[in-house]
Amino acid sequence: MSVHIKTLTVAYGKTQVIRGFDDHWQEGQITALIGCNGAGKSSLLRALAGLGPMQGAVAVAGVALSPEEQRRQIAYMPQDTSAQSSLTVLEVVLLGRLGSLGMRLPAGIADEAMAALETFGLAALQARQLDEISGGQRQLVFLTQALFRQPRVLLLDEPTAALDLRHQLLVLERLQQVARQRGTIVGVAMHDLNLAAQYADRIVGLNGGHKTASGPPVEVLTAENLKAMYGIEATITLDAQNHPQVRPIRAV
Amino acid sequence: MRAPNGAAAETMKGAACAAPDTPADATSTSQYGAMMFQRLGRLAGAVALLCALIVADILTGPAMLGVTDVLRGLFSPSSAEPMIRVIVQDIRLPMTLMAMLVGMSLGTAGVHMQTILGNPLASPYTLGFSAAAGFGAALAILTGVSLPFLPWLTVPLSAFVMCILAAALVFSVSKMRGMRPEIMVLAGIATLFMFQSAQSLVQYLAAPEVLQAIVFWLFGSLLKASWNNVPIVAVVFAFSTLAVLPNLWQLTALRLGDARAVAIGVDVKALRIKLFGLVALLTAAAVAFVGTIGFVGLVAPHIARMLVGEDQRMLLPMAALMGAVIMTGASVISKLVSPGGVIPIGIVTALVGVPFLFFLILRGQRRHW
Repeated sequence: MSVHIKTLTVAYGKTQVIRGFDDHWQEGQITALIGCNGAGKSSLLRALAGLGPMQGAVAVAGVALSPEEQRRQIAYMPQDTSAQSSLTVLEVVLLGRLGSLGMRLPAGIADEAMAALETFGLAALQARQLDEISGGQRQLVFLTQALFRQPRVLLLDEPTAALDLRHQLLVLERLQQVARQRGTIVGVAMHDLNLAAQYADRIVGLNGGHKTASGPPVEVLTAENLKAMYGIEATITLDAQNHPQVRPIRAV
Repeated sequence: MRAPNGAAAETMKGAACAAPDTPADATSTSQYGAMMFQRLGRLAGAVALLCALIVADILTGPAMLGVTDVLRGLFSPSSAEPMIRVIVQDIRLPMTLMAMLVGMSLGTAGVHMQTILGNPLASPYTLGFSAAAGFGAALAILTGVSLPFLPWLTVPLSAFVMCILAAALVFSVSKMRGMRPEIMVLAGIATLFMFQSAQSLVQYLAAPEVLQAIVFWLFGSLLKASWNNVPIVAVVFAFSTLAVLPNLWQLTALRLGDARAVAIGVDVKALRIKLFGLVALLTAAAVAFVGTIGFVGLVAPHIARMLVGEDQRMLLPMAALMGAVIMTGASVISKLVSPGGVIPIGIVTALVGVPFLFFLILRGQRRHW
């Protein structure tokens, strides 16, 4: 199974924010989208999830999807973690399987949701209201909800933005585990290039709505590419596992 | 920290930054079962309270009948005196049932409005439906027109039609902007002011005796209840309830905000249109027969939310029950305040509901919106 994206264009009014984007995402791989603010990462993810206006085609396993099918097959976690809701944490996770919920909960689904929460150490918060927990905890709850859906394709918009260092690592390890064990195709918009280098199988660079680079982290995270995408000077070194490590020097 | 069944294999290592207040047994799913059991208990309590208020409402009235007479009039009408039979069967029983049904309709319409607009201040009145019904009724009273064969239906029908017209106006404007909540509220408030002005104009033009009739209608009174109109409100409420049953979890998901609801598979726009139509129907049917009754649609959902949370499987029936409790409670008080008379219920609803709401607000520690 794979995701084929063909000449995808996203426009708001007359302004094109994604221009003719083509790519191919493989089963069990994590693809990180990088680029400066406004490069089009969030718009691309929303369009792939069937949540925004788009032209072009998105095909999963060779089948072009309608927007309804995109929404059904592709799980998407927005960047915003604010939520003025008194839903409990467990109820939020259960909503991940909206299609299977009825007047009576399916047998065992609450146990499964608790197990999913426990993967991030959140089971104790199950009865807490969403507006009673921290922004980072909310981000983890929404991530748990997205994973609980068990989608074929999972898109996440800056899933570690509100998290402490330890939870950033836990989340990315969990995504890697899900991709490897379930074959889930994962697309993640990220600002932390070193985390992207460490956990992503591929990196796609965006600039002004265009794809400017794509490939393994070591090929994309070069000083030239970073200068073109971010307008910075940086030095790149390799860590013990041969992951590139980016050290920004100055804006140019 | 104890992992639930099946969690151990996938549990991430360590818990240095885990929830700081994790009690050892808090991870048990039985906690969820206990919470649902508690909520069901509260629903049962609300049903019991409503039953008690229904009995109290039937027992009270200006005729000062004894308990035995009322019970005979209810359960053995053939052995009761004709006067008692008429009072119990044709006046009190329809009034009580109408109070219950209107309360349930307005409570349900209120919770729908607050959910689809994502606004705790929303109620069936926010979008001008009630003002439109008031204008329709006032217009029918002013002109004195009467439906052939069904003269009792003239004023309610005019109120109902005007309410539906207001809904169609708000819907048309909102649909042009993708049924966005802020546009719906804005269009609704504009409609509210428009019909309030039209209502005032009708009152200004009316002769004193006609004006009195209009003002009495606008107060809201259960005295208009009869066996003709109670079944209509009951059928509309039953239809609206059945229609929304397949969408309860989707409505629950709406409380996460539009973006997240869409992302987990809710067709937010279609759901909003459907609920908007049901609210218009519920409100129109309720206010057409008893007149303007404020407060219930705003407050019943908040009381329900404090008692059973946001899960619409519990919230919806509880909002209906709380609406019915406020209305029947207000009906009892409206008859007790002035012995030998009945104060229009629209005046009393807020007086009954506000103390109860304040009690819940001051007692609770958690946020409910």
